[in-house]
Amino acid sequence: MDRFIGHGLTCIRGERLVFSGLGFTLESGGALVLTGPNGSGKSSLLRLMAGLLAPAAGTLTWNGEAVASDREAHGGRLHYVGHLDAVKPVLSVMENVAFWANLRPGGGPAAAEAALAVFGIEHLAGVPGRFLSAGQRRRVNLARILAAPAPLWLLDEPTTALDRAAVATLEAAIASHRQAGGMVAAATHTPLSLGSAQTLDLGAFETEVAA
Amino acid sequence: MDRFLSLVGRDLHLAQRHGFDSLLVVVFFIIAVVLFPFGVGPEPNILARIAAGVIWVAALLASMLSLERLFQTDYEDGSLELLLLAPLPLELVVLAKVAAHWLTTGLPLIVAAPLLAVLLNMNGAGFAVLVAALALGTPTLSLVGAVGAGLVLGSRRGGVLLSLLVLPLFIPVLVFGVGAVDGAIGGFAFRSPLLILGGMLLAALALCPWASGAALRQALG
Repeated sequence: MDRFIGHGLTCIRGERLVFSGLGFTLESGGALVLTGPNGSGKSSLLRLMAGLLAPAAGTLTWNGEAVASDREAHGGRLHYVGHLDAVKPVLSVMENVAFWANLRPGGGPAAAEAALAVFGIEHLAGVPGRFLSAGQRRRVNLARILAAPAPLWLLDEPTTALDRAAVATLEAAIASHRQAGGMVAAATHTPLSLGSAQTLDLGAFETEVAA
Repeated sequence: MDRFLSLVGRDLHLAQRHGFDSLLVVVFFIIAVVLFPFGVGPEPNILARIAAGVIWVAALLASMLSLERLFQTDYEDGSLELLLLAPLPLELVVLAKVAAHWLTTGLPLIVAAPLLAVLLNMNGAGFAVLVAALALGTPTLSLVGAVGAGLVLGSRRGGVLLSLLVLPLFIPVLVFGVGAVDGAIGGFAFRSPLLILGGMLLAALALCPWASGAALRQALG
């Protein structure tokens, strides 16, 4: 049973206070949906969770251990999907996914192939990244997180550019990830059905500070 | 170690698919050196006298040319964020990218240098030392350049800023690189300048990946 806890998190971006006093608890099998208006700090919170940003105050702990004390270990247990798809235009779809899979324990070419099949892009395996549509690029990026296991998924607007079938595939992938004891934190504006999930409204933390 | 090698392999692969980029660096190097006889006149003695300096300065400028791209493409397409989150130390990520950068730009310069030395009528006694000095000096340039490339990440006009930041730091490499070659031609001891170049390489190897890694974290934070 893994536990990922944030406590008293404060985020300051460009001398502007984005949120403060924010906390969350995420356990194996759990899901956290981040909502709130544009600019309320959903992406910043996900980057804080990933360790790409350092919080101005507060702590993040994984099973009681501070995340900041071992960044490589934390990086190894999470998958982050940001706004950019990290698909190299000159590499084929398979090369793109296999490279990221090989960097992580438990990932490899076979897992990459299976991940492509899940997102229905196995027929594109040999196509260079520059010929992909935005939705196909996003599918490649999502296939990347299936190609190597990691307990924590941080998804920033994962449904951007996806068609309805791909959204359903993503929902199914998240459900089986949670069933296997994984956890998910996702920021989204479009409805993403995640079954039982906690919701964290970042707009609330903003007004709290303003008051 | 496997992950380090797969990262180097990926960058080499990318460089090979982009083919043109590393070729451009060598062509720039050759053209820059070939311009000098036109500028200072075809007097063989004068050319022989300045050969080592010209080749070294051109090599510095040529390796500057490709430094801006070192992290830029990965930064723009989001790969750099994922590399930061990869389960290997960021310093090793930097080192892998620098190694690939040197293999695709520094190594071709070393291969082309003896040819240019012939063109400039350089004394044959300096050839071996020129190659040795470049072999020790160009990795240092890539390493120091990686710090600058990390610092200018995300800024507009990064290329010009990078030159201003990094070129002054290249001066020690230039001084001892030219000193070694001139020493060999003049019949003096060339061992100590080479040793100093080696020392600078080791120091850069020890310090630059950390500095560059810190700059990358800053750029993405």
